[in-house]
Amino acid sequence: MANQNNSRGAISNRNVTKIYDPDGVNVMAVDDCSLEISAGEVCMIVGPSGCGKTTLLNAIAGFHSITEGEIYLDGQLLCGPSKPKAEQGADRMVVFQHGALFPWKTLGENVAYGPIVQGVMSKAEAHEKAEHMLAEAGIGDVAHKYPGEVSSGMARRSEIVRALINDPKVLLLDEPYRAMDALTKSIMHESLLEVYDKTKVTIFFITHDLEEAIFLGDKVVVMTTRPATLKKTVDVKIPRPRDYQTLTTEEFRVLVEETKEAVHEEAKKAFDAGERELA
Amino acid sequence: MNQKNSTVNIQEAPTGLALKIYYWRKSLKTLTPYLMLIGVALWLGTYYLLVEGWELPRFNKLPGPVEVITEWTNPDPDWGISMFSPIYYEHIIVSCRRILIAFTIATCLGVPLGLFMGWSKTFRDYSFPILEVLRPIPILAWVPLAILMFSGFETPVIYLATLASLFVTTLNTLLGVDSIDEEYFRAAKCLGSKPHHVFWHIVVPGSLPFIFTGLQISIGVAWFSLVAAEMVSGEFGLGYMIMDSYMNITYVTMVIGMLTLGFVGWVSSALVRLAGDRMMQWRVRALALEGR
Repeated sequence: MANQNNSRGAISNRNVTKIYDPDGVNVMAVDDCSLEISAGEVCMIVGPSGCGKTTLLNAIAGFHSITEGEIYLDGQLLCGPSKPKAEQGADRMVVFQHGALFPWKTLGENVAYGPIVQGVMSKAEAHEKAEHMLAEAGIGDVAHKYPGEVSSGMARRSEIVRALINDPKVLLLDEPYRAMDALTKSIMHESLLEVYDKTKVTIFFITHDLEEAIFLGDKVVVMTTRPATLKKTVDVKIPRPRDYQTLTTEEFRVLVEETKEAVHEEAKKAFDAGERELA
Repeated sequence: MNQKNSTVNIQEAPTGLALKIYYWRKSLKTLTPYLMLIGVALWLGTYYLLVEGWELPRFNKLPGPVEVITEWTNPDPDWGISMFSPIYYEHIIVSCRRILIAFTIATCLGVPLGLFMGWSKTFRDYSFPILEVLRPIPILAWVPLAILMFSGFETPVIYLATLASLFVTTLNTLLGVDSIDEEYFRAAKCLGSKPHHVFWHIVVPGSLPFIFTGLQISIGVAWFSLVAAEMVSGEFGLGYMIMDSYMNITYVTMVIGMLTLGFVGWVSSALVRLAGDRMMQWRVRALALEGR
């Protein structure tokens, strides 16, 4: 987590459109979406289920192509008309919705995996660094355990460590705390804030949880139901470092109120449309 | 690494043999072993009553359990074969050796074949139709072909067992690769893996659970086709022993042969399961926590 560099990781989505063609019927998932995320910003994306938030993340990560528009990372073209699908790379690390630690590797091996296959560290170096980083994240004790043996909270925390060891420019999180209970979630929030305060890595975070969005984010982007486009952007000016006191402040409450209506409106539209969620 | 700061003394979890003993001890406190014993006793009792107790006409040609066990443990067997006769072990060893060869060849070919079919779409497109057409052909239908192609007894028999086992192993390995969650591939790519890293770190370990399920079925299928082949041709082996004693009306020996097959087959799949558990500690440990 050495890099304190705050001038990298700016993402610029310009007029991004994505049309899926699952079975001969075109489905527009994202419609002319422009979104600027500055370097070191925590950008929270909120919107109804299946609205196309993940589509945007997949495009940035390079899992899917886009149909129109361009996405830039630090001024470099990731994808656009000339190359619809971005290359996958360790500068954009994804933390998946269901967790994707390799179950056949211990937590330590999982964390050390990236630097080893990229060839930037020797095996011994990578393992040493992995153990060190896990210990820093407060889970050094379980470095030798398999993901199936630890709690979901620990697994998720290790997954974030596995991403951070590669010193990424951007962290892409797709509802990482979705399946967790409120208590575990609050611990996870604190540890993510801690990580952010230390690294100032750009964070692109998809969630359904409005309070989570405002608590963690510098900016909360509410998306419309499918096809997704920006409905409302809320700047969260609550000073950092934040902690659980923040949740009870008037400022926080007002922001939640302000955003809730927009989210609710879209959720209702999405429900009435009753369309199946896209992956 | 250690729980040094902890006030509670956390015991180191037992591993290896100690863990096995622990499981064994624990299982004695459950009903399982006793129900198993009762099950076996009930089966033996029914067998005894049907054949030797009530002497029902349907079963009057069959040797009863007392007769079989007496003969099996007889140092001087009435019908020529018991656990004291060297020829008995010769049959077992010949069959086991054939299984070992067939199973090894089938595994060495089938696992890589299945892995490549799962990993490379192009390779699968080439090979899948062939596999799917050859696979349903019953192994007995291959017998004439095997005899035409190979001379002697040994090669055709091993060929048939290998073939049967190969299809099962390949298909299960392929399904194993298919079963790997797409997100692991995405994560691996994200972390900077090259294709060969994906193969060794994701495809191979991710399909191991299916591979070993496949290997357990495949060793069973190998036994099945081996015995079928030994009955058709051959001069040694448990299949031959069963068929030969049937021809010579020594039905007691026939049943001894059948029960021996049962035990040997059981041991062989237990060995495969053991190998699987050794190679998949991650899975064993996770399942153990779920109480399985």
